[in-house]
Amino acid sequence: MTDISLKPALVWPRVPALLQAIAWRVLPPLVTIALILLVWELICRQPGSTLPPPSVVIDTSWELIVDPFYDRGGLDKGLFWHLAASLERVLYGYALSAAVGIALGVLIGQSTLATRGLDPVFQVLRTVPPLAWLPLSLAAFRASDPSAIFVIFITSVWPVLINTSVGVRAIPQDYRNVAKVLRLNSLEYFVKILVPAALPYIFTGLRIGVGLSWLAIVAAEMLIGGVGIGFFIWDAWNSSLISDIIVALIYVGLVGFCLDRLIAFAGRLIARGAPL
Amino acid sequence: MQAYLDISHVGMTFAGKHDSVVLSDVSLSIQRGAFVSIIGHSGCGKSTLLNIVAGLIRSTIGGVLLEGKEVDSPGPDRAVVFQNHSLLPWLTVYDNVRLAVDKVFGRKKTRAERDAWTRHNLALVNMDHALDKRPHEISGGMKQRVGIARALAMEPKVLLMDEPFGALDALTRARLQDSVMAIHQRLGNTVIMITHDVDEAVLLSDRIVMMTNGPAATIGEVLPVNLDRPRDRLALATDPAYHQARAAVLAFLYERHRAPTTH
Repeated sequence: MTDISLKPALVWPRVPALLQAIAWRVLPPLVTIALILLVWELICRQPGSTLPPPSVVIDTSWELIVDPFYDRGGLDKGLFWHLAASLERVLYGYALSAAVGIALGVLIGQSTLATRGLDPVFQVLRTVPPLAWLPLSLAAFRASDPSAIFVIFITSVWPVLINTSVGVRAIPQDYRNVAKVLRLNSLEYFVKILVPAALPYIFTGLRIGVGLSWLAIVAAEMLIGGVGIGFFIWDAWNSSLISDIIVALIYVGLVGFCLDRLIAFAGRLIARGAPL
Repeated sequence: MQAYLDISHVGMTFAGKHDSVVLSDVSLSIQRGAFVSIIGHSGCGKSTLLNIVAGLIRSTIGGVLLEGKEVDSPGPDRAVVFQNHSLLPWLTVYDNVRLAVDKVFGRKKTRAERDAWTRHNLALVNMDHALDKRPHEISGGMKQRVGIARALAMEPKVLLMDEPFGALDALTRARLQDSVMAIHQRLGNTVIMITHDVDEAVLLSDRIVMMTNGPAATIGEVLPVNLDRPRDRLALATDPAYHQARAAVLAFLYERHRAPTTH
């Protein structure tokens, strides 16, 4: 009789342990989304509602949702082409801000004099809202694309620059001492100590920067026009296509999320498993 | 006969509103192959003295001569084992040592020789089993072993150790002390070790340098430890000479130069 009590009470939950783990991660967000859609549907179904409920959005903007790749020339393109145009501008502006931000950040972090001289200026400039730069850059470049790229750059350069300089300043004295005892020259110090030590900070800055770039491009494109997700939204507003705006917003959010994850992933990849 | 390492009339004053004199007139001659401990209460400037010998800071007066040459900057001939190991967290155990080996022997040894030398030094501290581990994956004692291997791999003229076992538990500390003794026995390095542990000082040292309390700390006494090597901690536990030396250091630290009551 005794061996009966030794039998494992439950065997079956072990088999789908993986499925269970996946469900635990996937179900909560799905439930949240379902709830949001439900509340939205209930509120916007009321007569006299100014915004369409999800069912109407899906109905009226069906083509936009299912076919992001159509191209009928001019501005009548699928969302993919608008997003691609916006991402291209972000790529140029962001690459520029990463290069300039890291280079200046290292300089400022290394030199007390440079910190004293430049930091107050940067602290003021970084609080200027992205769109405030647009008229000035339009006046300077007299073309919409370089202006938009400049706005991206000037918006996203500050977090990269400031985080890099903080990272360089935060390099422990111990590492500096190791470098001194080993008599590393400037280049060796830069490659072997400074960059790896400041890397977590640099990537924090890059992550904030990419988020800001994406914020800035949508706003800037509303004003400069042409192909781009920002102008698409503005154009839809002018044509009273509220459903299209909602679809575009969801795409903007998803792309922004992907950009953030991409930079985070790149950071982990480059850090090669060292704790970030 | 000229000493191998000569610290002469070294003084250190940190300028400020009220100049604070940390070290005053410290003179010490160390023979080649000697193991010298510097002991004193915290705040007595022993780490400052070590950093001056390392060249990481410059004394305001006096100077340090190593083989007749003045020490004015840090260098691998005075390798330092730092208190908190100071391994680079993004490099593996092997790469941490290899970085030092490449820098010091980059021109003198071939790639294969440098690889072998890196492995040899890690084997010396019994860390050759964890070559590909990163510092955060190994214990505190292991990190300190790697720090010692990195310092030894530079083939320093003087090995400087700044409270190398301070952050370790008693058992790990004892094992590392035995390792350091064995390595010193085998390689005959000249070692300066900062410590605040009386037993450690007596066990490891040929001479114990006792520092007075700051401000303006200086050498109060130098105690030769005439115990035969190799030393065995168990045998020493019943050795009267060991206890005499221990009593002498304790008397210095706790009778004549008590820690300032502010601590």
